[in-house]
Amino acid sequence: MSTEMKQVFSHPDSLKDVQTHFCPGCQHGTTHRLVADAMDAFGVQDRTIGVASVGCSVFLYGYFDIDVVEAPHGRAPAVATGVKRVHQDKIVFTYQGDGDLAAIGTSEIIHAANRGEGMTVIFVNNTTYGMTGGQMAPTTLPSQKTSTSPYGRNVSTDGYPIRMAELLSNLEGVTYSARVAVNSPKNILQAARVVKKAFEVQVKGQGFSFVEVLSACPTNWGMNPLKANARVESEMIPYFPLGTFKDSTAA
Amino acid sequence: MQKRLLVKGNEAVAMGAIEAGCRYYFGYPITPQSDIPEYISREFPNVGGVFIQAESEIASINMLLGASACGARAMTSSSSPGISLKQEGISYMAGSELPGLIVNICRSGPGLGGIDASQADYFQAVKGGGHGGYHIIVLAPDSVQEMYDLTMLAFDLSDRYRVPAMLLGDSVIGQMKEALTPHPYISPGDLPAKDWAVSGKDGRPQRVVKSLFLGDGELEEHNWKLHRKYQELKDKEVRYEASDLDDAQLVVTAFGSTARIAKTAIRMAREEGLKVGLLRPISLFPFPEKAFLETTSKVKRVLCVELNTGQMVEDVRLSVARDADVFFYGRPPGAGSLPTPEELLAQIRKHYKD
Repeated sequence: MSTEMKQVFSHPDSLKDVQTHFCPGCQHGTTHRLVADAMDAFGVQDRTIGVASVGCSVFLYGYFDIDVVEAPHGRAPAVATGVKRVHQDKIVFTYQGDGDLAAIGTSEIIHAANRGEGMTVIFVNNTTYGMTGGQMAPTTLPSQKTSTSPYGRNVSTDGYPIRMAELLSNLEGVTYSARVAVNSPKNILQAARVVKKAFEVQVKGQGFSFVEVLSACPTNWGMNPLKANARVESEMIPYFPLGTFKDSTAA
Repeated sequence: MQKRLLVKGNEAVAMGAIEAGCRYYFGYPITPQSDIPEYISREFPNVGGVFIQAESEIASINMLLGASACGARAMTSSSSPGISLKQEGISYMAGSELPGLIVNICRSGPGLGGIDASQADYFQAVKGGGHGGYHIIVLAPDSVQEMYDLTMLAFDLSDRYRVPAMLLGDSVIGQMKEALTPHPYISPGDLPAKDWAVSGKDGRPQRVVKSLFLGDGELEEHNWKLHRKYQELKDKEVRYEASDLDDAQLVVTAFGSTARIAKTAIRMAREEGLKVGLLRPISLFPFPEKAFLETTSKVKRVLCVELNTGQMVEDVRLSVARDADVFFYGRPPGAGSLPTPEELLAQIRKHYKD
């Protein structure tokens, strides 16, 4: 009988061993970990270039031990286009929040997706502008109170939350589009599989891959982490259903 | 005998860029510069270049940012309203110390304005057109040949100083055809290695291209660093054309297409016996401050001519000797507003004193 121990869990190589600045209960840290695990799984840390956006995730160069270019607000998919066209054999991903991707950057994400740029986009949807203090986002739910929708989002004047994963799945240029959540162990395990799949699409040169990650923002929601997690389940997932909306790689 | 070609100014820019090794172009159609993307989209497949017609001017400048962050020689081109849209990205490139060529074949404004030649983007070009207090290198060609030559120079200066460069033309210089003698690009050879460019770590320490500096004192130091580069540009990279200054009583100054008209007017003045010289800034940033100071230590009268209501004249006034008089003649851009040589000759006579 062997007594050899097998290590089954470790700190990802692609993630620096530092503390993050994220608030208690914020799920950027979890999502960072899933992205790092995907890079490790394919052994691409040394040939990956990340494109940071503007928002709470702007500091990703402080957490990922990879080359990083910082993009102006909303422009990460255009910056990543320039990067990927120069380094076609490298792995390029953007990591963007909902204000960045679904408001000021809608043009850039739609056209990068439509061109089928061979990049991976990690889109963190927490229904609010986190870094600027909890204003209404394009993904803020109907009636949700934020600092700029103090009486609740009024869909007749503010419009409706945008379902980006579904929207992008309608574009010919998109190879893979899915939505996950990181509010429970079960959902995190599923999210890990999906993020890994999105990187696999790029590693195999199969085109544009997109993962929307439903995420809690306890600070700006005015909730403790447990209640925020519960809100993801009870309010976000019903409006933003989890699932794969497009997978052109499927046999 | 050297080969001479009859080409448009805009085509000369595209030819110069390809010759200088630019293999990444990102742009959006706008008159009067669309000959540039048209030429490049046609020729790039022959040299393995990447041409993207982007969804917007904003996307184009950010694609340029991304390609430049990888160390590639890359460019975009547009005209005035499009350059306004690019200013956000230009500010980020300046803050991130990224090289790259931005061609502005100016049209008239403000707003949609018109498609006529204009020099009303001078302020926007030389004073840092976006937010945050920065400069870019600005070169102003006055011939098709210079469109070719200065495109190459702009890439070299931009790479050397890690400062974005702008070629500032207008619809006259961009659309007219004249003889061009193409010549091979010769790299300066001492351009610094792009040891800051991202490429994937591949065993070396992480590289980050960014303009965010939040640590105590970091951003101030970063801005001082940029400032020192702008001072170095002023010390080393000023370019101008001077002629007929030795005996001059009046110096005419103008850049780009207006300088061509001024040259004709100066020749006509000389034929009348008026001692008139020319000082033509080629680099608008860095501005030829010392050349103006030295010239006006002898010539005390300066006539500045522009296709706007007075922009470069402010830099001329800041640069000349204290006892020099600076006169201005300008016309706002628009259909029919390009001054004639006779019109400028009348201005020369008006301000001339023996």
